[in-house]
Amino acid sequence: MQLTKQEQKMLDGAEGYAVQKSMEILTALGEIFGAKSLIKVGSVQVAGVSYHNLGDAGLEFLNELAKDGKVKVLTTLNPAGMDLENWQQLGISPEFAEKQNLVIEAFERMGILVSCTCTPYLIGNLPLYGEHLAWSESSAVTFANSVLGAKTNREGGPSALAAAFIGKTPCYGLHLDENRVPDIHVQVNAEIRKLSDWGALGFAIGKKAENKIPFITGIKSVDLDELKSFCASVVTYGAKPLFYMKGVTPGAELQAQPKETITIEQTDITNAYDTINDDVSGIELVCVGCPHCSINEIAKVAELLKGKTVAEGTEFWVATSRNVKQLADKRGYTQVIEAAGAKFACDTCMAVAPLKGRFKSLATTSAKGCFYSRQNNMKTKMGSIEECVDSAVTGKWNS
Amino acid sequence: MEQLKGRIIYKGKGEGEALVTTQPISFYGGVDPETGIVIEKGHELEGQSVKCKILVFPQGKGSTVGSYTLYRMKKSGTAPAGMINKECETIIAVGAIISEIPCVDKIDISKFKTGEKIRIENGVVTKQ
Repeated sequence: MQLTKQEQKMLDGAEGYAVQKSMEILTALGEIFGAKSLIKVGSVQVAGVSYHNLGDAGLEFLNELAKDGKVKVLTTLNPAGMDLENWQQLGISPEFAEKQNLVIEAFERMGILVSCTCTPYLIGNLPLYGEHLAWSESSAVTFANSVLGAKTNREGGPSALAAAFIGKTPCYGLHLDENRVPDIHVQVNAEIRKLSDWGALGFAIGKKAENKIPFITGIKSVDLDELKSFCASVVTYGAKPLFYMKGVTPGAELQAQPKETITIEQTDITNAYDTINDDVSGIELVCVGCPHCSINEIAKVAELLKGKTVAEGTEFWVATSRNVKQLADKRGYTQVIEAAGAKFACDTCMAVAPLKGRFKSLATTSAKGCFYSRQNNMKTKMGSIEECVDSAVTGKWNS
Repeated sequence: MEQLKGRIIYKGKGEGEALVTTQPISFYGGVDPETGIVIEKGHELEGQSVKCKILVFPQGKGSTVGSYTLYRMKKSGTAPAGMINKECETIIAVGAIISEIPCVDKIDISKFKTGEKIRIENGVVTKQ
């Protein structure tokens, strides 16, 4: 890989430890994947924020970088392991909270916005069409590449941080147009009705188009919340973090429809539900907001919960970003939701909070949420917002 | 003494007994960072420790958090003394760099046997 004189100096240590380490990471990745040079990025999204995943060593590494590391571009943060303000209500231990706060403080010293959300595009980190990025968080990477038409590889925490300290990333993979050509045509014949159907569709396509770029046809209508859910699911279950949806996503009209065709029938959607859903009826945790809830989704939860009460022995979490929660506060949604006994889980989510051993069963709108909750030994049920609210109020899954 | 030349992923010198597997390794969830013992069910190396070994494996797999796991192992003294890959990928490369563990790839890993004494020095692997 060709480095400019200035980049070479950074690699030699002229700008300190964080910059040097970052250049070592970026040049090594560039060499491995055959990049010819580094390119400028418009923004960075950093994952690896939960103390649950980082441990003391991760914290120590971040503290080392924070000594002289300052980000050079707009950099936002993935969810943490807890609500940064309301952690006690969510049953997080003071020991965990103390460590998690140290992680957050290290990121703040680097100049990173403590946004703690997997939906940076909803709160002011909104990439342009064709813009190069260095994002981690697979659902956001897929959204940026596909729905927005920006260009990013699926970064890990350290490689995203490295890009933030340099303002550049090695130019390979999905930064190059020749690697953004769809591989497989996916004709959707199934009827996609409710929010969780989009998670089921993502599951079906992810499994059938493993490690491929799907070109999807047959979608009659779709909204932001549905695309958000689909992005999270399709990449979790196996596809590359880029798809084209004819008539929906930008750039689809510029791509030729691939010859290899598969279809998604109603039976594929049913099979997706059958695989994701476990045999369980009592529900201990209900969670909506994977990816983080938009204001529209919160409005819907509030409307459905109005005047009702969450069942004894069941917890209901609404996961969202702090920014969106503030909108919910102003509209009175928060009051309605909390009056029913449900809780907001800002800055965090069920995939990164330390939940192992606390809940045996989960109801959620999210196919991705089900995948990660299995690692926490939870039995899972996936359904619409209506079905989730109903299970919170009755304490069991009724469909 | 047989010498093999590979591509440097992270520079430096490391020496130790080889621990060889033909299967990819997931450091996050697949290796216990407190002991260095491979805990992935059904893995060829299950129950064996990577601590202070020259770990020879085709590549990493699994979660990108694995890079932080390697760093954690380095800090607690359970990390390998060096790593040799067939084809290195992001998780291991980043892990080696942030933890400063000598690492080379693009080497025919079938030439190594568990228990052999091996030295890595700036991309050159020497069997002693």
